[in-house]
Amino acid sequence: MAAVQETIDQVKAIDVDQYKYGFVTDIESELAPKGLNEDIVAFISAKKEEPEWMLNWRLEAYRRWKTMEEPTWARVEYPKIDFEDLHYYAAPKNTEGPKSLDEVDPELLETYKKLGIPLAEQEILAGVAPENRVAVDAVFDSVSVATTFKEELAKAGVIFCPISEAVREHPELVQKYLGSVVPVSDNFYATLNSAVFSDGSFVYVPPGVRCPMELSTYFRINEKNTGQFERTLIIADKGSYVSYLEGCTAPQRDENQLHAAVVELVALEDAEIKYSTVQNWYPGDSEGKGGIYNFVTKRGDCREKNSKISWTQVETGSAITWKYPSCILRGDNSQGEFYSIAISNGHQQIDSGTKMIHLGKNTASRIISKGISAGVSQNTYRGQVSAHRKASNARNFTQCDSLLIGDKCGAHTVPYIESKNSTAVFEHEATTSKISDDQMFYCQARGLDEEEAVALIVNGFVRDVIQQLPMEFAVEAQKLISISLEGSVG
Amino acid sequence: MNAPAKIQETKAEQSLNAQFDAILAQTTQNNANQRKQAWDAFKAKGIPHRRVEEWHYTDLRTKMNDAFALASKTAPKAEALTGATGLETYRIAIVNGRYVPELSSNQAVAGLTVTEADGFLAAQLGTDDAMAHLNQALVQGGVTIKIDANATIERPIEIVRYTDGTEVSSYAGTSVDIGSGAKALIIESFEGDANAAYQSNALTEVKVGNNANIHWLKLQVESEKAQHIETYSVELGAQTNFQHFIYNEGSSLSRAQLFLEFKGEGTHAGLRGTSLLKDSQHADITLFVNHAVPECESREYYRAVVDDKARAVFQGKIIVEPDAQKTDGQMMIKSLLLSDTAEINAKPELEIFADDVQCAHGSTTGDIDEELLFYLMARGIPEAQARKILILAFLSEAIEEFEEERSVKLLEAMIRKWLHADDVVSE
Repeated sequence: MAAVQETIDQVKAIDVDQYKYGFVTDIESELAPKGLNEDIVAFISAKKEEPEWMLNWRLEAYRRWKTMEEPTWARVEYPKIDFEDLHYYAAPKNTEGPKSLDEVDPELLETYKKLGIPLAEQEILAGVAPENRVAVDAVFDSVSVATTFKEELAKAGVIFCPISEAVREHPELVQKYLGSVVPVSDNFYATLNSAVFSDGSFVYVPPGVRCPMELSTYFRINEKNTGQFERTLIIADKGSYVSYLEGCTAPQRDENQLHAAVVELVALEDAEIKYSTVQNWYPGDSEGKGGIYNFVTKRGDCREKNSKISWTQVETGSAITWKYPSCILRGDNSQGEFYSIAISNGHQQIDSGTKMIHLGKNTASRIISKGISAGVSQNTYRGQVSAHRKASNARNFTQCDSLLIGDKCGAHTVPYIESKNSTAVFEHEATTSKISDDQMFYCQARGLDEEEAVALIVNGFVRDVIQQLPMEFAVEAQKLISISLEGSVG
Repeated sequence: MNAPAKIQETKAEQSLNAQFDAILAQTTQNNANQRKQAWDAFKAKGIPHRRVEEWHYTDLRTKMNDAFALASKTAPKAEALTGATGLETYRIAIVNGRYVPELSSNQAVAGLTVTEADGFLAAQLGTDDAMAHLNQALVQGGVTIKIDANATIERPIEIVRYTDGTEVSSYAGTSVDIGSGAKALIIESFEGDANAAYQSNALTEVKVGNNANIHWLKLQVESEKAQHIETYSVELGAQTNFQHFIYNEGSSLSRAQLFLEFKGEGTHAGLRGTSLLKDSQHADITLFVNHAVPECESREYYRAVVDDKARAVFQGKIIVEPDAQKTDGQMMIKSLLLSDTAEINAKPELEIFADDVQCAHGSTTGDIDEELLFYLMARGIPEAQARKILILAFLSEAIEEFEEERSVKLLEAMIRKWLHADDVVSE
């Protein structure tokens, strides 16, 4: 038991105060006044130079939102959010459409350097083989300030741009797909997002195109007291493939910051979308003060046959995470995957999971969820697997494992399994345990010290998911896991 | 729109209002307070509906069209009561919520005391459930069963609950107090007039001392039009072995909800059951197992065979409190869907606040394994018979784990009858 006690002490000792990315960049921002009303919605829309249909869409969402109530079913506790005390728009100044990296505010680039974003390494990246290139659509607060590799993507016909630009340049695509996966009135936060979304990424991969590089966006919440409302829309047309990477860090703050993003994925016939997230926003200090509220709606629609959507997430940050990347398996033979590592430490609260809705025939889904809780955190897996009457031969395999480090934390599993089809085969298994003394003994008997042993066991525990990450992310994810559980992971 | 809309009272709720007023008028002052309290608690919640998380899959508000009139005192013939067929038992008969001595065994059994009671139960562990409150608001009677410490009751104690009449409802409150070191088999059956539509709502409180060894078999064979709800409140002492089995065959709508709490260390609880459903039956088994103390073991193994348009619901929650180190909890739900219109909803939940625990849950849903079927048919067994063999095998696994020979035999016979599997040779 000594080993475990030591682990707890170590986790306590490192505490989350040492958040590596907690710094504030001084760049002037243009702020909308606090509060939310139709004028603010119109203000945001005007700032974005949006066409009228977009404004109406936002206004409709806002009117819906006013009639809705905050959901309370998740196992998370936080002081009530005053939605009137937030700025709904913040744009970094001096962003008159930089044409190249040289025009980007050097302070901004400095920020990215601190984060280790390879944005300034364009030349270096350009030197490597095209397969290994990463295109970055960097989001600094709310406005995309730099987009790389645009030209090469354009050559392949891939559209990868800020969504505000897509609204202007590709209205037919946006109108057709925006809100088609996550409807305007889907839930409280999604509706709020629909009304006030600031920016985000838009990706369209034309038929038969295999996107020549991994697409990547780094999010960073920067302006004090600003809710950030990202909106991402990815469409993979017939027979195409795209892999999208999303990662984020945020500077240290005392006040809670609200983040309510919406991500919509549409996969048409034979298309495949791989969406990976590494989330390490500020989790709050050792007293549980501050930290990001992360209320995200992510959903993918396998709209046509033989399509595939795969979600991979590594969740280590945020004070509160409320996130359920889901797949609607509408097309016959479509596939959905969800791989997740959720690590909670300190006072973090995570309520995350997935939904796999089987509607089409021969649809298959796979859920691998690994939860690790330490400190006084609460970590909940909440998932739904359902087979519609017509979902013949639907297949699901779910595995959710939880690892507890310390005796003050909690790990919870709430699966909903609903089958209306006799040929649907659903398997679900979940385990909860701590690192056993046997495992520790085995490792230590082979000359590893306690730290190394714990590291080895935890790495083994999450390996299934790490393997699913694109190479570029796998390294960062492993780094993140060690920061999050420093002391116990070594 | 922000203010919650006032929910209209359903027809059933209106009927209940009248029934409560009537029964309150006949209640003595002492019990009137208890009734009122329970009634207020029920009224605060109303009949549960799908937005109440614990009742998500069993929307009673839509399924309970009316609340039938409270059943009056009747005297059915002894032959009407089936109970545990073929076993010599000590029978306790409860008809329309009331204890009936004439239909019950009258010879004394050492260590066993059965007394008629008014059905009001002192403690309701962990239950703040609307239908449990409704039971206490309308309870018509009941019985108190006491098993002395260190008593071994050889004969099965049989509690036959019979609802006599059609379009009536019965509410019984039963208290079972089992002393330390006691050993017994309790067989509880729920039945009524064949084809009669009625509602039965039972609240059963079980307290078990230390070092006891208890097997509890529930046979739910209500009429196929009945609506059945039973709420268990179970408290277990230390070093005790408590085995519980629910056999669900009857009722158009049934719900068994079991709230169990470990009060002493080193106790093992085995909660098992099978639901055999056809037509448009709906059977719900909901568990709340609270590991409040260290070093207890719980097993929750349930199986369902669902045919036609029937629907099986299983919800299980294992809670491990912060002090309950060394808890071992395993939950497994397996379901067989025999038709394309059958439905299964499972929600096996874990809520864990202690770190040194081994908890797992699993769930499988599907049709009969085609390969197994092929294997049997390749050996000359006709398909219909082969399917029966496989279903029987599927259910037998769950039954055998109950580890009580008399019950296993009884259950196997009932399952064979349900399956029409007389043509299937037993081992």
